[in-house]
Amino acid sequence: MRRVALAAALVILATVPLWVGSTYYVNIASQILFYAIFALGVNVLAGYAGLVSLGHAGLFGIAAYAGAKIMTDGHGNLAVIAGSLVLTLAASAVFAVLALRGTGLAFVMITVALGQIVWGVAYRWISITNGDNGIAIRGRPAPLGLSLASPSSFYWATLVVFLVALATMTVFVASPFGASVRGTRDQPRRMNALGYHVWMIRFLAFLFSGFWSGVAGLLYLYYNQFVSPQAVALTASAEALLMVIAGGTATLLGPIAGAALVVVVKNVASAYIERWNFVLGAIFVVIVVFMPEGLVPGAARRWRRAMAALRPRATAAG
Amino acid sequence: MNLWVVLAVNSITLGGLLFLLSAGFSLIFGLMKIPNLTHGSFFMLGAYLATTLIAHGFDFWTAAIVGGLLVAAFGGIVERLILRRLIGAELAQVLVTLGLSFMIADVCLMVWTGDPIRIATPSALRGVTTVAGLGFPTYRLAISLIAVVFAVALWALLDRTRLGAMIRAGVDDPAMARVVGIRVSRLFTVVFCLGAWLAGFAGVIGGPILSVYPGLDQEMLPLALVVVILGGSGSLLGSLVGSFVVGFLYNFGQAMLPELAYVVLFLPMLVVLVVRPQGLFGRQTA
Repeated sequence: MRRVALAAALVILATVPLWVGSTYYVNIASQILFYAIFALGVNVLAGYAGLVSLGHAGLFGIAAYAGAKIMTDGHGNLAVIAGSLVLTLAASAVFAVLALRGTGLAFVMITVALGQIVWGVAYRWISITNGDNGIAIRGRPAPLGLSLASPSSFYWATLVVFLVALATMTVFVASPFGASVRGTRDQPRRMNALGYHVWMIRFLAFLFSGFWSGVAGLLYLYYNQFVSPQAVALTASAEALLMVIAGGTATLLGPIAGAALVVVVKNVASAYIERWNFVLGAIFVVIVVFMPEGLVPGAARRWRRAMAALRPRATAAG
Repeated sequence: MNLWVVLAVNSITLGGLLFLLSAGFSLIFGLMKIPNLTHGSFFMLGAYLATTLIAHGFDFWTAAIVGGLLVAAFGGIVERLILRRLIGAELAQVLVTLGLSFMIADVCLMVWTGDPIRIATPSALRGVTTVAGLGFPTYRLAISLIAVVFAVALWALLDRTRLGAMIRAGVDDPAMARVVGIRVSRLFTVVFCLGAWLAGFAGVIGGPILSVYPGLDQEMLPLALVVVILGGSGSLLGSLVGSFVVGFLYNFGQAMLPELAYVVLFLPMLVVLVVRPQGLFGRQTA
C-alpha cells in the first residue's frame, strides 16, 4: 500500500510540467520544491533537535550570495556550486559554535542576531553585495549538456535534488544519528549520562541543516537568477519556520506540506491583496494558538475530537 | 564642533532611547520569560500614534504620554488574550509575537503609508545649549536627561517599593512568590504594560531624531536584543550599560566603517556570548 502511494506520488511529481498547463504553475511547483528543501533543512533543527533557529535565511542567503559572487567573478557552475556549499558549511559551523552557547530561548535570540548580521552585511556592505540592488547572474547550469533554461527542465532538476534531499532525510531520521539527535532534544541530560556528546550531536545536526539550507539557497539563486537582501531578512527566516510549524514539526511530510501551503498562499494572496505580511502574521498567530502541533496533525486531532463529540449523542439518540 | 563630540552626544542619545526600549524588554523577559519580539513594533506604533495625536492638536509631551498609554493598553490586550494562553510554551510565544509584529508592521504601512514621518521637536527644546564652551543640541541633552530620570525611577520602583519587591520575587522564583500570596499573574500584566509603555514612549521621543518609517521596528528590535544579550536579561544595570555600549558602537561604527556598522554592532555581543553567555550583569541560571 505504502509503495503504491509512493510510486503514485513519484509519478505525479515527475509529470507535473506535462499536465499542469501553464509555465506559471510549473514555476510555482519549482518554488515549492526548493522551499521544501529549505524547510526540511530547518526541520532538522527545529523539529528533531528541538533547537528553533530564526537565522536560517542567513545560511540560505550566504549560499545564494556566494554563488552569485563566484559566478560574477567569472567562474564556472561547478566552482559556483562547490564554493557556495563549502562556504555555507563553514558559515553553519560558525553559527553553530555561537548559537549552541545556549539552548531554548537563548538559541533563538542568538540566531536572530546572527541572521541580522548577515542581513546587515548584505544590505550595507555595498562594495561586495551591491546593497539593496542585489546581484543578478546570467544563466543556469547545464549538467551533462542539458539546458535548464526552460521552466520544465528547471523543475525536473529541482525535483531530482528534492528527492535526494528527501531520501537523505529519510535515512537521517531512521539512522542511529537521527535517534541520538531526537534524544538530545527530549533528554539531553540522560543522553549525556549515557555517554553521548550532546554538543557534538547538535553541532553535526546544525551542519546537516545548514547544508540543505544552502542547497535550497543555491536553487533559489538559479531559479531567480538574482539575489537581494530580501532573501536574508528576518521575514524569510520566519517564513521558513512557518513552513515547518504549519506542516508539523519533526515529521517528514509536514515541512513539504507547509512549504506548499506558504508558497501557494503567498502567490495567491499577493495576486489579490498587497497585505501578504499581514496574512503571514495572522497564519502564524492562528496556527500557534489553535493548532500548535501543525496543520496536518492538528486538523486530524480536531477532526477526531469532532467525531468523538458526535458519537455519544448518536448512541443516546438511538 | 568637533566630530568626536558630535558622535559622542549622538551615541549617548541613542543609548538613552535604547535604555527605555530595552529596560521593558529585559523586565518582560526576566519576569515572564517571554521574548517579546513585538517590542520593536511597540516602539514604532507609539511613534506613529503620536504623529496622529499631534496632527489632531495635542502637544508633544501629551502625545508622548498618551501614545505610550495606547501602546500599553494594546500590550495588555495582547498579554491577556494571547500570551496568557501560551504560558510556558516559549517557542509558541516567540512565534506569536513575531507573527503579531508582522501584522502590526503591515497595519502601520496601511494606515500611515510608506513615507517617513518626522515628529517636530518640541519648540522649547529647539536650538543649542552651550555647556563648557561647546554647543549641544538641546533636544538630545533632554533625551539623555529623560533616560537618566527613568533609570533612577525604575531602579527606585524595583528596589524601593512593594511592587518592585513583588516583581523581583516573581523573577527569582515565581512558584514561591505565588505561595506567599503574590498574584504573579496580575504582575505579569502590569510588567508587560509597563514595558510596552516604555517602548511606545521611547518611540515618540525618538521621533524628532529618528523619524518614523516602515522598518523602524525591525531596526530597533535587534538593537534591543543585543542590549539584553550584552547586559543580561532581567538586569536594569545590564540594560543601562548595554544600551550605552550599543549606542556608542552604532554611531562610531557608522561614522568610521559605514559598510560594516552592523557587524561592528554585533561583535561585542558575540564576544560576550562566548566568554559569558549569561550576559555581563546576568545571573548564572541552570
